[in-house]
Amino acid sequence: MIDRHAKGPLPAAAEPSALSLNGISRHFGQVSALSNVSLRVNRGTVHAVLGENGAGKTTLMRVAFGLVKPNAGSIEVRGRTVRLSSPADALQSGIGMVHQHFTLVPAMTVAENVALGGRGLYSAQQWADKVRAIGDRTGLVLDPTARVADLPVSAQQRCEIVKALARDVDVLILDEPTAVLAPDEAQDLLRWMRSYANDGHALVLITHKLRDAIATATDITVLRLGKSVFSGAAGTTNEDELAAAMLGTGLAQPQPASNSHTTGPAPGGKRPAGGADAREPVLSARGVSVRDALGVARLSNVTLNVYPGEIVGVAAVEGAGQRELLRLVSGRLQPTTGQVTLPAHVGFVPEDRQNDALMLDAPLVENIALRGAGARTGRMPWSDFQHATSEIISQYAVKAAGAKVDARTLSGGNQQKLIVGRELANQPPALIVENPTRGLDFRATQAVHTAVRAARDAGTAVVLYSSDLDEVLSLADRVVVMHSGQLVEVPGDRIAIGRAMLGS
Amino acid sequence: MLATSDNTTSARWQQVARALLRALALAGLALVLLVLLLTLTGQRTGDALRALVNGAGGSWYAMTSVTLVRAIPLALAGLSVSLAFRAGILNIGVEGQLLAGAAAATFAALAAPTLGAAAVPLILMVGALAGAFWAGIAALLRRKFGVLEVISTIMLNYVALHTVGYLVRGPLQEPTRVYPQSFTIDARAQLPVLIPGTRLHWGLVIALVLAFALWWWLRDRAAGFRLRAVGLNARAAFSAGRIDVDRTTMGAFLVSGAIAGVAGATELTGVTYSLYENFSPGYGYTAIAVALLARLHPLSVLVTALLFGALEAGASAMQRDAGVPSVLVQVVEALLILLVLSNEWWQTRHRRLGEAGT
Amino acid sequence: MIDALLEATIRWATPFALAALGECVSERAGVINIGLEGSIIAGALGATVAAGLFGPTAGFAVGAVSGLAVALCFALFAVVMRADQIITGTAITMFALGLTGTLYRVIYGASGVSLTTPTTAAVAIPGLSAIPFVGRALFAQPPITYVLYGLIGLVAWWLARTQSGLALRAVGERPEAAAAAGISPVRVQFAAVLFAGAMAGLAGGTLVLAQAGTFVEQMSAGRGFIAIAIVVLGRWRPLGVAAASLLFGAAYTVQNLFQSLGLSEVPYNLFLAVPYVLTLVVLAAARGAASAPASLGRRQIESH
Repeated sequence: MIDRHAKGPLPAAAEPSALSLNGISRHFGQVSALSNVSLRVNRGTVHAVLGENGAGKTTLMRVAFGLVKPNAGSIEVRGRTVRLSSPADALQSGIGMVHQHFTLVPAMTVAENVALGGRGLYSAQQWADKVRAIGDRTGLVLDPTARVADLPVSAQQRCEIVKALARDVDVLILDEPTAVLAPDEAQDLLRWMRSYANDGHALVLITHKLRDAIATATDITVLRLGKSVFSGAAGTTNEDELAAAMLGTGLAQPQPASNSHTTGPAPGGKRPAGGADAREPVLSARGVSVRDALGVARLSNVTLNVYPGEIVGVAAVEGAGQRELLRLVSGRLQPTTGQVTLPAHVGFVPEDRQNDALMLDAPLVENIALRGAGARTGRMPWSDFQHATSEIISQYAVKAAGAKVDARTLSGGNQQKLIVGRELANQPPALIVENPTRGLDFRATQAVHTAVRAARDAGTAVVLYSSDLDEVLSLADRVVVMHSGQLVEVPGDRIAIGRAMLGS
Repeated sequence: MLATSDNTTSARWQQVARALLRALALAGLALVLLVLLLTLTGQRTGDALRALVNGAGGSWYAMTSVTLVRAIPLALAGLSVSLAFRAGILNIGVEGQLLAGAAAATFAALAAPTLGAAAVPLILMVGALAGAFWAGIAALLRRKFGVLEVISTIMLNYVALHTVGYLVRGPLQEPTRVYPQSFTIDARAQLPVLIPGTRLHWGLVIALVLAFALWWWLRDRAAGFRLRAVGLNARAAFSAGRIDVDRTTMGAFLVSGAIAGVAGATELTGVTYSLYENFSPGYGYTAIAVALLARLHPLSVLVTALLFGALEAGASAMQRDAGVPSVLVQVVEALLILLVLSNEWWQTRHRRLGEAGT
Repeated sequence: MIDALLEATIRWATPFALAALGECVSERAGVINIGLEGSIIAGALGATVAAGLFGPTAGFAVGAVSGLAVALCFALFAVVMRADQIITGTAITMFALGLTGTLYRVIYGASGVSLTTPTTAAVAIPGLSAIPFVGRALFAQPPITYVLYGLIGLVAWWLARTQSGLALRAVGERPEAAAAAGISPVRVQFAAVLFAGAMAGLAGGTLVLAQAGTFVEQMSAGRGFIAIAIVVLGRWRPLGVAAASLLFGAAYTVQNLFQSLGLSEVPYNLFLAVPYVLTLVVLAAARGAASAPASLGRRQIESH
């Protein structure tokens, strides 16, 4: 394991750093989430905090924003020690946060969202002027009277940032800001961050994307298993070294097609399109349009054929219709017009596993029994379900105290493995997966990817969507792009796909 | 890791033992609360308690003809509530569905002389249909118009109440046209007595059979599993289970109403033999407490219904013999629900404290 | 004749509007308070006792406090302990109905001695009450109605034009956003529920001190639940809620009209059912929760 500290000179403390986290430790019960982590963010710099899911980035961020109190360590803003017991304290102390899952009120306007949290009276006019002023100053332009729900995702993120900037912050922390953006939009944001830092501000970029960190950051800190395993200037290191630090492997052999840190699709990850043998498609949508309850078109004239033994990757920015597409081809949504042909059973792994895939307060056995419950008649063969559950637990290495424990007791990764195991049991003809590794740590991610590939190899037709384009590219045999409800197949070039995601 | 049959049996006995202990704990708690309330409101606590215990179980008559008799409608209504709640439907309208069942049964009793041996079962069936119909109104409003069933069922309770008030002064009124109550139903329309010399009627058997049937059905049948799944997580039931949530909830709502209708019909044919203004002393609302305290489990409902039957039997005696307002018991019932809620909250504390992101 | 009907409508509508206005605030903060009925009946009894001893103004004040006390119990379970709002509310209502019944009998005797309290007379506002048609209806009412007018304006202004009103609306729409902005959703919801309780207590006081002149067990007769329907009909806006209350005030006016006309062919009992049927019709027509606050009734505040 490579362990480095302060390689290369960090800016000396001529002036107090904008934000300084010193020796932060935090444990939850037996689990140590953070051990003696230190971070110094100077004015005029972008400091990237790199790490896998589960490395401690989120906990560190929550400490900095007053959501969680450290068991040990201190926090200084511009040299003053601060005690944070709530987000209100953090805001007061000059720490601004741009959250990963937007903390905007969809039904309210931009001005109202930016104003939220102030004191005294609220004047829509005053705040509209303020929003425009910030737009002029920083280049983050927004219409203050627009409803947030009507804005595209990139604009919503701009609103998040403006919200933080409206508070005169000393340091701005951005948590996985590029996760929901198309490649071009992500580049725009990173460029903005760099120029904003050059104007003399301090920014923290929390990310798991190596390339973003190296391209944008002045300084980089790598977290792994709650410890800081690297801390130094960005110019003094490279991708391989950082990847090794993040993953804790020996010398950096980039993991083939298994993570999203390396550039582009990895060798061996692609297979020729499965339709060459003129087989019948397993899933077929022809000229499908879907309108939602309010009459808004979500899918427009979509045609898609998925053949046995292939993974079709869906690339899209949020809200482009991929949600509806996945539910359409898994039989969970009816088309308004057009035709869909599906097999009787289609496996479905939705992105919101707690709300859409599991009954948390029911035992694992009952969760397994859920599959096919809609069509079942007569008795519930509980002993069969017991067998099936035990098999899934052992085959997918699900860490659970038994088949009778409630699903709630499992960790996110184990819940996901259970769900994947359930949906893949008995070799279904088709499988649809939506953001299957969101929030999962490296090992669980690996396990899910392996299972999906194995299903493909066994002849299952797979449709996969991830908001992480690199994940899509590393798994898919061919890629289709969704934009504004329309679907188009794009030959596998990352740049072309990125452009198509934005509609060009 | 298979469960052997021995483990299953002993696990089941453990469950039963735990349930009984829980019931005892609840009964004890109820007594403690009662004593507290009695003392706080300046009642003669000793006399009141003695009256309560005597009224509930102090004699063979008290046990069979008061406590058990009062427990029967509570058990049936409690089963109705628990089935609906299990499916995620907040059916607060059992009171109205019960009245609908009783009213319809009164009408049906008019035909009793011509029905022979089938009279009573048919009357009960009519009651069930009426209860289902009454629940169906709320179910339809929920499905077609998105109306919260909590409010619609409560409104329907009031409508049912006033409709009964109208019926017993109008079409169903007793022959002398003096009192706001219906005619007395024909002897052939009456539920036979189970134990001679008591007022305990065959409704007890109906309640027991229904409880066991529901228990079996929920555990063993696919349709029962679907109902439970929808109640646990309707979204997952749809997405992962491909379950028709609308159909399942509609069915559960109607069956719940039907059982409540049976409760009303058995009370009419087994105890009161006529319909009148205050036919239900709030059975439908007490049933909510009965169901919640039984954690919506059909067999536990029998136990909590018995507990509440005893409480209410004792309450009447308390009012009669010690001058304590019987509504005090309603306070005890409500407090029990709140205590159960606090207990749930307490149990899940460790989960909240242990929760963290990484 | 018309202005007499209008006057009666507003008089009957006042307790509905008070309770519904309070519930409106509570629901805008994301909490649906089924225990509102309990606050009303508690307010009614509190007002009766206090007015008997200290006069009507004290009656209203104590009524508000009694309603608030019941709401406090509800808030403890539903807001702080995040228990299910519907079940908690039902339990609280049962509790309040039982307790008021008990206390009433304990205080005033088991036989329900006919007790009367002083009621507040209508006070005509000079000038305004002279406007034709609506003058007397709007401005010759008991003082509590004028308090209502003021409260409607106050709540409407507060929701739209203050940071705290903005914060409350945010909590009802997306509590995570409010939390990230430094607001405590639990505190906001707690305060909102207490406000609703106080308003419902005032409504109960109105029933006694401006209408019946006495306390009767269960006299709230479902108004707390109807208030919830009024909030839906009024689209969760203070002015809309006030207008929707008029509808129910009219229903009661019509009911009393028929009663006083002595139309014995039309069954009196069925007339009693009219407001409840009206509620069902209104709810169906308003098509449920189209513009409800997005997080209404939600138990969990953290996003995961």
